[in-house]
Amino acid sequence: MKTATSGTRGAFSSNRGINDFKNRMFTVFVWGISACIVLFILALLYLILQKGLPNLTWGFIMGLPSEMEEGGGIGPALFNSFYMLFISLLIAVPLGMSAGIYLAEFAPNNKWIGFVRICVEGLASVPSIIFGLFGIALFVEMFQIGLTIIGGAISLAFLNLPVMTRVTEEAIRSVPKELKQASFALGATHLQTIRRVLVPTAISGIVTGICLVAGRAFGESAVIILTAGVTTSGEMWDFNLLSPGETLAVHLWYVQSEAIVPDAVSISDKAAAVLVFVILMFNILFRIPLWIKDRRNKH
Amino acid sequence: MQLDTSAPNPVISTNSSELGGSIKTGSGKLFDRKNRLLFYNRAFKIACIASAAFVCLILFSILFFMFRTGVLTFRDVSPMTFFFSSDWSPENESYGAFIFIFGTFALTILTLLISVPLSIVIAVFLAEVAPGWMRNFLRPILDLLVGIPSVVYGFLGLTILIPLLRDITGTNMGDGILAAAIVLTIMVLPTISRISDDAISVVPKKYRDASYALGATRFQTIFKVTIPAARSGIMYGVILGMARAIGETMAVVMVIGNTPQLADALFKPTSVLTSNIVMQIANVPFDSTWNNALYMMGFLLLVISLLMIVLVRLLQRKGAHQ
Repeated sequence: MKTATSGTRGAFSSNRGINDFKNRMFTVFVWGISACIVLFILALLYLILQKGLPNLTWGFIMGLPSEMEEGGGIGPALFNSFYMLFISLLIAVPLGMSAGIYLAEFAPNNKWIGFVRICVEGLASVPSIIFGLFGIALFVEMFQIGLTIIGGAISLAFLNLPVMTRVTEEAIRSVPKELKQASFALGATHLQTIRRVLVPTAISGIVTGICLVAGRAFGESAVIILTAGVTTSGEMWDFNLLSPGETLAVHLWYVQSEAIVPDAVSISDKAAAVLVFVILMFNILFRIPLWIKDRRNKH
Repeated sequence: MQLDTSAPNPVISTNSSELGGSIKTGSGKLFDRKNRLLFYNRAFKIACIASAAFVCLILFSILFFMFRTGVLTFRDVSPMTFFFSSDWSPENESYGAFIFIFGTFALTILTLLISVPLSIVIAVFLAEVAPGWMRNFLRPILDLLVGIPSVVYGFLGLTILIPLLRDITGTNMGDGILAAAIVLTIMVLPTISRISDDAISVVPKKYRDASYALGATRFQTIFKVTIPAARSGIMYGVILGMARAIGETMAVVMVIGNTPQLADALFKPTSVLTSNIVMQIANVPFDSTWNNALYMMGFLLLVISLLMIVLVRLLQRKGAHQ
């Protein structure tokens, strides 16, 4: 900066010129980098959808996978994805919500509850593969049921439980105190207050959390490979909880790296597109109504 | 707010009519109802306590199972060999996990080196530079990206990034620690930048005003006032991103090459803790030393990720004191 002090202009004004220049450079730099990254990410998303979606046929979506020849579908894998998602939500949502309600509403503020909170946070940060190893130890070794849909779904539920707990707790805590006090003042019991005031008011946050959890469960692969295996029972609409449960995300990996079908590239392109599409749909279908509702409330 | 206050209204009306009804029908029913409500209340509370306890129980049973199986490794392998030998050939009974531990740390550091500066630039852009409409458009998109499955990122890395890296380097080696770090960067970028963005956004406006009043430019204000003030929030984002990078499995498996060699070059197929576990666990019998060693590696991952949560807690406490 000192070298710039030259000629008739004072130290102050030249410094300012340099600072202005730096400031402008900085703005250009930030705009440039951000634009590059955002365009890059959008291009990736577009690429996935564009490569797969136009070539989708019902035969592919509902069809059975093949081990050797071309033309295998993803039917059972896609079905397993939804089936396991459903079972895992059935376990994780009620348990996670009630644990979250406990932490937000009933829990006294002492060391013991601080410890419970650390447990929840710790569990939320455990890598997914650990849940897979735990699933093996629990279902394959202890209960001896092998790689099954139910084992995978329960492991998935464990993975999502802490997230659900934290999201519910935060959503319920953010409900204004006045609403709760008004409800108590009317003589409502704690349960009535929770059911009719707190949960309905916090529903936006809770549904966002469920979307998050559902998307994670739908796309999770490490846990499923370890606990539900990389094969399906080979038939469509197999509701048996004890059959092996390869999901779409696992199928994408399996086709790409292990299988020997000649059209692996085309299958995985399409499978990736379906996967991303379904997750986008989760978000759009569930979050947009809430988003609109929030906007309306603000005005 | 105005609409919010109207929310409990239906509650008021239904409750008062129900209560009124039970009072009219006689005191006996009223007390029945009261007891019933109290019973429901208590049952609900107990169910909630049980769920919270269940969450803790899962964490402890995971710790217990991983430790119990993992510690059996040391019956056959000395801890020194396990942690510091880089010879992983289970067929010949040598179980040195140093390659994987080193790989995990090297990969995480490389990922953070790339992703943290980029994320902070994006966070600054979102919180300070971008016009309002762009902010409202980009924030949901970044949130959405967090939900894209890791296997899709791995697939993109395998089909787009690795051929690209091969072209650039001119060799036929594309997979390795650099490819994995780039894929992980794309994955953790939304996490770190959104959390940092939130942290920068909540810095009080008066700090900025004071800085501008002293004649500082926007560049000076952001670097000397805003970012230092948001430091603990940004650290929180970085640690969460780090935890994600350490535990990520499928995206890494698809691009890292899965060969037990020390990651001493950017383009060299190697392996990390997670990828090695997922590739080998399916093929080993449960009671073998090999399997125990894999569980020990899992336990190590678990300890690392729990330590990070402790770190986050300490940071938050420090932030609260300030």
